[in-house]
Amino acid sequence: MNAQSPVRRTPTRAVNWNRVQDDTDLTVWNRLTSNFWLPEKVPLSNDIPSWATLTDHEQQLTIRVFTGLTMLDTVQASVGAMAMMPDAVTPHEEAVLTNIAFMESVHARSYSSIFSTLCATKDIDEAFRWSEENPHLQKKARLVLEHYRSADPLRRKVASVFLESFMFYSGFYLPMHWSSRAKLTNTADLIRLIIRDEAVHGYYIGYKFQRALERVTEAERAEIKDFAFAMMFDLYEVEEAYTEELYDGVGLSEDVKKFLHYNANKALMNLGYEALFPSSVTDVNPAILAALSPNSDENHDFFSGSGSSYVIGKAVATEDEDWDF
Amino acid sequence: MTGLVYYSSGSGNTRRFVERLGLPATRIAADTRVTEPFVLITPSYSDGEGHGAVAKPVIRFLNDPANRALIRGVIGTGNLNFGEHFALAGKIIATKCQVPLLYTFELAGTEEDVARVRQGLETFWTRQRSIGP
Ligand SMILES: Cc1cc2nc3c(=O)[nH]c(=O)nc-3n(C[C@H](O)[C@H](O)[C@H](O)COP(=O)(O)O)c2cc1C
Ligand SMILES: [Fe+2]
Ligand SMILES: [Fe+2]
Repeated sequence: MNAQSPVRRTPTRAVNWNRVQDDTDLTVWNRLTSNFWLPEKVPLSNDIPSWATLTDHEQQLTIRVFTGLTMLDTVQASVGAMAMMPDAVTPHEEAVLTNIAFMESVHARSYSSIFSTLCATKDIDEAFRWSEENPHLQKKARLVLEHYRSADPLRRKVASVFLESFMFYSGFYLPMHWSSRAKLTNTADLIRLIIRDEAVHGYYIGYKFQRALERVTEAERAEIKDFAFAMMFDLYEVEEAYTEELYDGVGLSEDVKKFLHYNANKALMNLGYEALFPSSVTDVNPAILAALSPNSDENHDFFSGSGSSYVIGKAVATEDEDWDF
Repeated sequence: MTGLVYYSSGSGNTRRFVERLGLPATRIAADTRVTEPFVLITPSYSDGEGHGAVAKPVIRFLNDPANRALIRGVIGTGNLNFGEHFALAGKIIATKCQVPLLYTFELAGTEEDVARVRQGLETFWTRQRSIGP
């Protein structure tokens, strides 16, 4: 399109939320805006006594993990969400993407709130230096950034879903681990807010990816699927090395890897694809799942007859006025 | 074996699960009317406070007393990232319709989820028949 063309000028359009072409834009906008939060909402200073119980090495690990997460949120805020803007098919999608970009900045900012509450300045500076020099972390960033510069909008969406739904999880593991040991529980509350946001981001970009796939040829669909699985293999390789470097010292690497496999499968599902890792390697530590989803008795199975059946009759708030009974 | 009814939005996770299940199933649309006992599979779409978790088409479907009379159980889906609201729609429907919440899984489910549900439904319907309609 030529911006200078004097003849085929299309009018500048105002976004009209009373004419929504894609209901998912509205559903997701509503969910994201009602999810809105700021780090000040979480009483992080209550974690100061708990922070003091971590060893020097555990503290350093935690600061490094959070610095790595900060970097990914920075990339997503300033490059990732914007890289999808030119391909938005509705004006409402553009609005949702601006919301996503802004929340990524809130996420990145919130790690600094954790740091300023719990850590010494010199340790924070050391970790930021580490993040710039660590080859695995830098490679993670390079891999996604490379695809964000791709000319193909489908590839940009794949990269973005992988960042949202997979690449954060080597980092998210640690606060869930501490929380399962009743440590840094307020920090874990904040991280859960981030994890919930990322679920909606991964869902939405994956949904738009599936719609975009419907508009390309069968051959292109096959090609992009090959690309997605190849990219997942590349990312997994880096994640594995990054995980080992961080977690070998505390003996958690194998546990973290299960969490990576589990989340890689979920990222692929967001794109509409089948899982890659078999259940033999996705058996995430139940304590981590419980930390991810407190009070939700996550493994509900009435079929197994093993007693965990949901108690019928327990009052559930259903204020939804659409019910007729 | 008797019926399976499901709801799935444009993201298609539940639809892909049901396709892999390989059992006859009805996808809820505006005017869906069922005539046989069924198990419902439904995702959750809550607003963050837990409101509105049951999708509107599912509410409309269950508002029809003829449909409602035939529900025997519910399978809830969602994403554990939603924390305490995981698979909330399944729990709400189980309570409102007084039927068991049979199973929960995430997104489009794993191969294991498909196998558990396929086998579980078979046993469930056999037991249902033995205790009468
Ligand atoms: C706006 C929004 C709200 C959601 N709320 C919940 C929720 O409260 N609990 C949950 O477990 N999953 C929630 N989910 C996740 C969906 O239930 C999940 O992605 C499901 O697989 C969608 O099924 P479908 O693709 O067949 O429509 C939500 C997703 C979106 C986009
Ligand atoms: Fe983020
Ligand atoms: Fe995100």
